Parts: sequence; C-alpha cells; structure tokens
Amino acid sequence: MPTLLDKIWAEHTIRDLADGRTLLRIDRHLIHDGSSRQAFDTLRQKGWRFRNLEQNLAVVDHIISTLPDRTGESHPPGRERIHALRQNARDFDVPFFDTDSPRQGIVHVIAPELGFTLPGTTVVCGDSHTATNGALGALAWGIGTTEVMHVMATQALLTRKPKRMRASFTGRVQPGVYAKDLILAFIRQNGVTAGKGYAVEYAGPVISALGMEARMTICNMSIEFGARMGLIGVDETTIAYVDGRQWAPKGEMWDQAVAHWRTLHSDDDAAFDLEVALDCSNIGPQVSWGTKPEDMINVDDRVPEPGDDAARRSLAYMGLAPGQTLEGVPIDYAFIGSCTNSRLSDLQEAARVIRGRKVAPGVTALAVPGSMTVKAEAEAIGLDRVFIEAGFEWRNAGCSMCVASNGDRVLPGRRSISTTNRNFEDRQGPGSRTHLASPASVAAAAVSGHITDVRKLLRH
Amino acid sequence: MQAFTVLHGVAAPMPIDNIDTDAISPMAAGRSTSVDLGAMLFNNARYNEDGSEKPDFVLNQPRFRRSVILVAGQNFGFGSSRERAVWALMKFGIRAVIAPSFADIFYDNAFQNGLLPVVQSAERCAAITEFLQSATAPVATVDLERCIVLAAGIETPFSVPAERRLALLEGLEEIDVILRMAPDNDGFEAADRKTRPWIYSVTT
Repeated sequence: MPTLLDKIWAEHTIRDLADGRTLLRIDRHLIHDGSSRQAFDTLRQKGWRFRNLEQNLAVVDHIISTLPDRTGESHPPGRERIHALRQNARDFDVPFFDTDSPRQGIVHVIAPELGFTLPGTTVVCGDSHTATNGALGALAWGIGTTEVMHVMATQALLTRKPKRMRASFTGRVQPGVYAKDLILAFIRQNGVTAGKGYAVEYAGPVISALGMEARMTICNMSIEFGARMGLIGVDETTIAYVDGRQWAPKGEMWDQAVAHWRTLHSDDDAAFDLEVALDCSNIGPQVSWGTKPEDMINVDDRVPEPGDDAARRSLAYMGLAPGQTLEGVPIDYAFIGSCTNSRLSDLQEAARVIRGRKVAPGVTALAVPGSMTVKAEAEAIGLDRVFIEAGFEWRNAGCSMCVASNGDRVLPGRRSISTTNRNFEDRQGPGSRTHLASPASVAAAAVSGHITDVRKLLRH
Repeated sequence: MQAFTVLHGVAAPMPIDNIDTDAISPMAAGRSTSVDLGAMLFNNARYNEDGSEKPDFVLNQPRFRRSVILVAGQNFGFGSSRERAVWALMKFGIRAVIAPSFADIFYDNAFQNGLLPVVQSAERCAAITEFLQSATAPVATVDLERCIVLAAGIETPFSVPAERRLALLEGLEEIDVILRMAPDNDGFEAADRKTRPWIYSVTT
C-alpha cells in the first residue's frame, strides 16, 4: 500500500533519526549560475571536495544572454557569475556545460533530456522549479544554497518526509487547452498555499494520457501552490521517453533499471494524506489577471471583483478593472520559453498557431528554446523559420525573460503574456505586468496584438 | 551560524500576504558578491527609480529603520528558493520574522542561517501589527529559550522543531551532523551500487 513517494523515500533512506528527520541519499544534483557560488566558496574554505562528482551537473542558464552569437561576455552584469561558475566547475572538476556547449540549456530542460534525471531518482537543485524532474517518476525538489553545499560535500540531505497528496485530473480536455492550462486551473481551484508541506502526485486518466513534456509542465508549477515536490508514477510513456537518452543506462543495465522502474507507481490501495480532484472538462484556456499564480480565469470569463486589499492592489498593478474581459487587452511582449514551456512540443503548439500569420505591430515576441538541443531539434523540422517569418526573435537557450536577469526583460508598465510560471510584481523586470498562459495562447496574443481566445485561431 | 537566544528590539509591521523572495531580494542583487544585500532588501518597494527612498515604505520610516523583527502576512518567503532572501534580511539586521505561515523552502533556508521564523496566528499577527503601528516604542521580544513572543503587552508561545531550536541556540551547523553520519552514508552507497548500478554509471 505504499505511495510512489513512500517507495522512493524508503529506497533513499540512509538513516532515520529519532527526532523524525531522515538522512536521505541524493542521486542527482543540478548546479547553475544563480545559486551555487557561496556553496563552492564554503567548500573551498573548508578544504572539502565533492563526494560523488559524477552525480552532479553544472550549467549556465539564469544569467546568460540568449542573443544570437552570445558568449558569456554578452550581458555584462552576468559576467561575474558566469566566470565564477566556470572557475568553480574547473577547480572542482564538476561536469559543466559552458555558454558555447551544444548541450547547454535550462537545468530542468537538459536534465531529463540527457537522461541525467532517471525514474526513481532523488534530484535536487538550488532552484524552486526542480519538481519539473518529478514528471519522470523522480523525487525532485528545490533547495537553498546551504543545502547545495551539503549535497556537494556529502551527496545527502537531512530532511523531513513531506505529507502525501494525490491530485487526480479527470474529465475530457477541450481542444485549445494544454497541460499549462490544466495546472493553472488546478492552482486557481486550490490556491497558492494548498501544497505546503506536501509532495503532490499527479494522477488520473488525463495525466496518463499526457506526453512527457506536458507532464513536466504540470510538475514544474508545483511550487506555485506551495508544494516543493510534484511527481508522476512511471508508466510506458516514461520508459519510452528515457529509452536511448544519452546518459540513460544501456544494455543489461537498462533491462535491470526498467524492471525496477516498472514498480515505481503508487499501489492501488495506497493511502494519501490528502486527495484533491480536478475536473478538466470545463477548463478553457487560462490567462492570469493578477500577481499570484492563483489569479486565473478562463480567457472568456470576466476579471473578478476583488475580495480583499491584496486583490485590489493586484488589479491596480496590472492596470485592469473588475468585470472587464481579458479578450482585447493589448500586449507589448509575448514570451515563449522557461523551464515551464520551452520544450519541442511547446514550440510546436505555438508554431501551429502562428504559421502563416505575423506578429502584430508593436509587439516584441521572443521564442527562447529551453536548451540548445531543443533549438537544434526545432531547426531540424523548420520551426525556426515559422517563428522568424512571423516576426518572432529566435533565441539561444536560457531562463531569459522568466527571471529577467540576463538582459531580456519587460519594460516598466508594459504588458507581457508569457509561458512562464510567476506573475509576481516586478518578476519580468521592475514594473512589468505579466499574464501567464500556455504557449498556444501566447502565440495567439502575439499575432493578434492583444489577449485572445486561442480557440478562435485554431478553428481557421 | 549565528546563535539565537533572546531577541529584543524594533519590530516592523508588513501586513501583506505572500511576500515573495523576488520582492525580498530581486535578481539584480545576485549579480555580484560586491552588492550590499541589506541595502537592496525589498529594493523595488523601498526605492524610487532614481534611487531615492519611498518615504511610505515601512523600513524607510524613522521609527522602523533599525528593525530587528519583521511581522508579516501569511506564506512569507513564497516563490524562488534563493537563500539570498534570508541573507538580505539578516544583512539589514532582521533576525526574526513573525508570520501566520512561511513557504517551505524559505523556512528551511532561514534556520540554516540563524534567522528565526516564528509562526503566530493571523489574529495575533494582526494584533501585534496594530500595536506596532501606534506604539511610541514599536518593540517586541522573541525568546527562543522559552519559545515565547512578547509583544503588545502579552506573551504567546510558539513552536519550532526541537533540533532547529537546539541548533539555533547553540549556533550549530547542520553539515556537521551529516558529516558525523559518514559511515552510514558509506555503507548505503556500497550497497546501493550493487542494487542500483545505473545510478553510478553516468557518462559525461
């Protein structure tokens, strides 16, 4: 009767302490330019080395320019951090993808793509969106810099087991509605603190029918309702995805691994601390109206009356009025990218909408593949031409306008529709106004010049 | 880690829910180690575009400039895992945050550095906030030895995990506890290499 969480937790337990904590083994550690520097510094001061180098992987993603022909020098405010990571990777011999690597990309995009993240692994990173990797049936969560140092030195963490939540997605998903819309609707239904203290297992027929990249989009946003970990049981879709990946096990070891992975799902009689359901049948394309990820509406609904001061403040910040529709609200930026929505299928969904259309005058539209591998795959099937001919900027891989620390940002007071995960005040740049949406909805807004119901464009 | 026993001093009311770590320490503060994190704490809410202070912002008000405690709304530390949010609060001089709830990653990061997150009911936080806004001396006491908050004339208890409390009282670092269990870790790895060999055969 164990849940998937119980199984993975037990398998990684080095020791249970009397006070309720567990010393947990970490299989995979992802390191990036944003959160690792002080951890390396502590290691250096203490004279420590990495315990298990090969289980760590470093890459530049947060602060790197995405411009064509970019180098580590292209965005001057990013130089110091990029130089520091490069030097640290060299000093400690950590596997590292530098700015010119064909495998460079956003940590949570490249780790599954390379077969570094595997089913049943524990995966941590100094990044709150690490749960993305949970889509592979892994237990993955974000940590702070002190814990980054703990993992470097010991490949283990002292932590407490979270509670178990199951989120069952049922019903019939409508055309024009994507994984992004489903998770946004889930957050809208349950609020931004619903997942606090839980590891969330996404389940149900709708989840089973999703491809791996869509599952990553779902797991990615777990932290936006407070859950550090989000995961999905291993099935044939998972195994087919991992099969043949560069660093995935091969030959006899593959067979051995797969036999184990097939056990990595919650048992039929597994007991959860909390069960939550989402009926996907009545969900339309979601667009946010406020500054929290729960501030969502179906694109054809009206902006709600504010229930409290926070909502009034949100509306004022966003420059919106209660009762108005989002349809028709003019946008200045359209951003397709981030660890939420920058994989090949995301680009394909957007391309389907923009093919044969043009980005509306006055709109800055960016397509930023999540990795250089995704970029190459997209170019191999001509997607770059679709974006460029429509008037999108076709960029190199990085976190870009999601976190706005690499020079890509929304100017103060300007309005962005974005495939990212956070619509916080100032997130895409000081004074930026962000509407979260799916890649297809962002594409629809880019070619319309305003927020619109993507289903209208898909019909033609 | 800086030990924490009893803290008494100015407490600033910030009765806003979901204060996120981007708001506490914006990305720009992370570019360089030469940035003064304390000066950039709450940067976007605290300063105008020309760098001048916004006089209404609580930490810019003369009564609250030397705050050592923050009293906030629920889900404090929401969002990004950046530990810099904790470092920025501490650089400014804040050693405890009182709120109805904290985001999980922020809560852990705080303890790792000696910043004490104190959970109090929403009603209690509202009462403390009201007191601080009108009191001549807007001060409070957080006593980790007794697990008591003294503010607005009354004492209320709070709870923290026992091991966190001990670590803070004595300034102990968690890494030392983990390192003491190195034999367990070695034993685990030796066995695990046999049962899950694919975990240890990454080819870069």
